[in-house]
Order: sequence, then C-alpha cells, then structure tokens
Amino acid sequence: MKNTNKPVEIRWHGRGGQGAKTACLLLADAAFSSGKYVQGFPEYGPERMGAPITAYNRISDERCPVHSNIYEPDYVVVVDETLLGAVDVTKGLSQDGAIIVNTSKTPEEVRPLLGGYNGKVCTIDARRISEETLGKNFPNTPMLAAAVKVSGVVEAEKFVSDMEASFHHKFAHKPQVITGNMAALTKSMKEVQVG
Amino acid sequence: MSIRERLSGNEAVAYAMRQINPDVMGAFPITPSTEIPQYFAQYVADGLVDTEYVTVESEHSSMSTCIGAQAAGGRAVTATSSCGLALMFELLYVASSCRLPITLACVNRALSGPININNDHSDSMGARDAGWIQIYAETNQEAYDNFLQAMPIGENPAVRLPVMICQDGFITSHGVENIELLEDDKAKAFVGEYNPEHFLLKHENPLAVGPYDVTHYYMEHKIQQAEAMKAAKPVILQVAAEFEKLTGRKYGFFEAYRMEDAETALVLIGSSAGTARATVDKLRAEGKKVGMVKLRVFRPFPMEELAAALQHCKAVAVLDKAESFSAAGGPLFAETRSALYDLDSRPKAINYVYGLGGRDFTVDVAEYIFGQLDEIVTTGNTGEVYRHIGQREV
Repeated sequence: MKNTNKPVEIRWHGRGGQGAKTACLLLADAAFSSGKYVQGFPEYGPERMGAPITAYNRISDERCPVHSNIYEPDYVVVVDETLLGAVDVTKGLSQDGAIIVNTSKTPEEVRPLLGGYNGKVCTIDARRISEETLGKNFPNTPMLAAAVKVSGVVEAEKFVSDMEASFHHKFAHKPQVITGNMAALTKSMKEVQVG
Repeated sequence: MSIRERLSGNEAVAYAMRQINPDVMGAFPITPSTEIPQYFAQYVADGLVDTEYVTVESEHSSMSTCIGAQAAGGRAVTATSSCGLALMFELLYVASSCRLPITLACVNRALSGPININNDHSDSMGARDAGWIQIYAETNQEAYDNFLQAMPIGENPAVRLPVMICQDGFITSHGVENIELLEDDKAKAFVGEYNPEHFLLKHENPLAVGPYDVTHYYMEHKIQQAEAMKAAKPVILQVAAEFEKLTGRKYGFFEAYRMEDAETALVLIGSSAGTARATVDKLRAEGKKVGMVKLRVFRPFPMEELAAALQHCKAVAVLDKAESFSAAGGPLFAETRSALYDLDSRPKAINYVYGLGGRDFTVDVAEYIFGQLDEIVTTGNTGEVYRHIGQREV
C-alpha cells in the first residue's frame, strides 16, 4: 500500500508542571498553521507536580485515523534530563529518527545514557536559554523550537513567523514577554547540537 | 465556507454550545468533562451567550436544573462524566419519562472502582436503559457534528426525548486535532428554535410535570416512551441527511467501512474505530477481506440495519469498552448477537471486552483480533465467546 500518509510521530517526556504538554500542543498549533493535519494529546494519569508525564504528536498530510498512544516514535523530546535513566525514553524510537534532550551536556556526553540508541542525539540547553531570554526556567519554548529544527515537520521560517503571530495574540496583554519568547525560539534553533 | 480550526473535543462541544446559545446550563465539573462548562463559563462572562449558567453542588442538581428549565419551556444543556453521570441516574429517568429533550455532553470515563479518570464506556453503558438517545463520536469533528444534531433529533415532536452526545474521555476530549466548524449563523439556523407544545410557563394551559402515575396508566406511558425511541430512528436519519446537505459530512446509525465483501469484521464504538479503520486498510493492502462497523447510535439500537451490514460476514468480533459483569459478554455484544439471530444464515460472533480504564487499543491489538477471526473461519470453531483483550497476561 502507498505509505504517503505515514505521520511523523513525536513523543514528549517531561515532568508535571514543566510545560511538556503545552509544548506538544504548541507544536500541533505550529504544524496546523503550516497546513498539516495534527494530533496533540497528553497521556493522563494521577498527575502531580514533578511526576513523569508523556505527550504525543502525530503530524501528517491527511487526517490520521489512529487514536492509540505512540510506541515507535520518529522523534523523542526530553524536557527534563533527570528522566534519563528513570524512564526508558528511547523505547521504540526509530534509529532513523532523533532524540532531543534538554541538557547543558554535548550529544557525545549524553549518548552513553541512552541505552545503546544509535540514531541522532541532539542536545539543547533550554534551561540556560530560557533563563537568559525569559529570566526564568520555562524550557518549553526552546524545546519546541529545537524539536521543529531537528524534525523539520514545519519549515523553519514559516514556524518563526507563525509563532510570532501566535505570541502577539496570546500575550496581547503582556507584550513584554513576546520579545523574550521570540529570542528563546531563535536562539534555540541556532544552538541545538546534533550528534 | 466552513472554518478550519484545531480544537480538542471538549473545546469543540463548548463551541457548539456557544453557537446554540441554550437558555440554561446546569454546570458541575468532573474530569474529563470539566473543560466544557469551563469554556462555556468564559462565553457567558464575555457576553457571547445569554444562557442562565447555574452552578450547582452536584450532578444530581445539574440534571435537576436541566429538568426544571426544560419543563418550563427552555432549552437546557449539561456535561458530565463517569461518577457524575452515575449521580444523575435517577434524574436521567425523570428527564426521559417527562419527555424533556435535554442535551447532555457525556465525556466517557471509567466508573469507580477502583477510581480511575481514563476512558471507557462503563458510564454511559450503565445508563443505556434510562430512555436517552445515545450518539457516540470517533473524533472531535464527530463530537461537534453530533452535538449540533442532538436538538433537531430530541426536540422533534415525534421523539421528545433527551439526547446524550458521547465522546471518549482524554482520547477525544483532550486531544487536539483538525476540525471544520460551521459559521455561527449556519449552525444556529440548522439547530433552529425550540417551540414545545406544552410547558410549565404556558399560562393558558397549566400542567403538572412528573406527578405520581398510578398502575392504571404507568404502563401506557412507558409504552409511549418506547414508541418515541422507535420513532427516533427515521428522525435521526432525516437530521443526518439535512446535516450532510449543509456540510457534506455523512452520518447514519453506523459507518460500515469496507464491508461490501468483508468476510471478517470488527464492530465497535468511539475513538478506537479510527485505529480499527487503519488496521482494515493495512490488512486490505495484504489482500485480506476485512471490514469494520463503527456504531454511532446505540440508543435507539439499529437492530435490522446492523444485521444487514453483517450478514455476509463469516465471523465478527464485537468490541465492548465496558464490562457489564453479565458473565456472558458486554452490552454491545449482547445486542449485536441478538440482532444476528433473525438472519437465516449468520456469522459466528465473539466478544472482546477491551480498553477498560484507559487501556490502550492499538493497531496490533486490532490485527490480533482479525487473526482470531481468521482462525474461527478456518476451523469452524468459535471457542470461548466472551473474551478480554489488552490485559497484562496477553
């Protein structure tokens, strides 16, 4: 069968309260704005701050009918590096895909923590970028940008302009945070290391 | 032109409610339906609707609010899930027997216990004998479309029954997907105005609602209610045909997917049908004659139509996302197998209870079930009829 509608599947790992779910929904928004069919959905359990959480994206050119969780993702995004070792983050991850980790380490330093994963390992210091641009640790905007850059699910320039429009809409009452978020976005796309 | 958007199922239903602008909402939160009254409260605060938003202390009261409002001649809506629906149990029967076409957004969630917030159909299946029309959605789009069709169905003078619009908790309610929305004026025009013949506030014709019914009359009233449920069948199809004219989206009692020459098939309800559809496509590409029936309308139950859709199959698996503890299978299985009884030659039928408390339903699981059906066709042996799937031992 023609396999043109194989969606790009992304799994997010984070801790409750860090914004992994929000980043997942923002990615769905960005892909939607670029004309794609999207799914963005969190996996809910007994939620509490700091507990490991998972969220998922499917992005495709036609509506994807499957409504199960994602077991063999093309990309994995780890919003909190303390999850490495605590959660099997590379489980089912495509060797042709990539994992993106929020860390100050290099891809070479992180790879040994990934249980023998042979695909692309990408790192981004989202905490530092966030603190520099937003003054606080809000890793989701830089992680979203890194995910877009590495996966290519949305064309980079289109993504930046869509996000700017979306921030202007979302933060109409708080324009002071728009510049910071845009800086976080572009900085992250520049700094993400691919190993 | 329709509006291209991306919304969660809960947002989609709240959006439909805003377009309808009902007279009253009985509002009480429970996961995963909480967002519906939450989004709607924002519409009320922003002055986008003039609905009387009644915050109450329980679901027993939110349904009571709807009953009072609808009996008075208004249009009432509410939303709930799981234990919230269970707490309404008594009032569900009052609403339907008073012939009050209330619309309830049910975001399906497992019933306690053990307590669990995730999806299955045990809540609405537990209310299947309450006299409500039940319509289920696979996607956010269907949840929206079904909600807009609810009032034209329930308020039809031949029907006058309350309608439960169900969608899968979290999977559909919290999953953001693409959706096509109608413009406000078109949605409003489609739903129309509610003009009941009799209502409490009609001073020239005073009436009592919900009085004691003596043995001499009770049975006649229940038969009228049963007749109304039968009368709902053509009305559901008529409303679906009008909706198709408006949107191009086709609805019926169920969707028969690649069933024309199917030898084996799954029968199921809700978001899992999308996963089953992907499985059918995969197996069809391998040359296997498989199909799927996604039931949309569970009450009234489309017995003859479902039997006709399945009659050419050699074996079917009916999937229940609810355990009814009958020791003989789930509710959808019992009714589907009963529907097959009148056929001269009927497929073999097995039941799988699946997806309880949010247990995931995957393409692999659906493929495994088709494999089991193949085995039944090959050997002629049905084996154990009442099965479970997705549990840890398997």
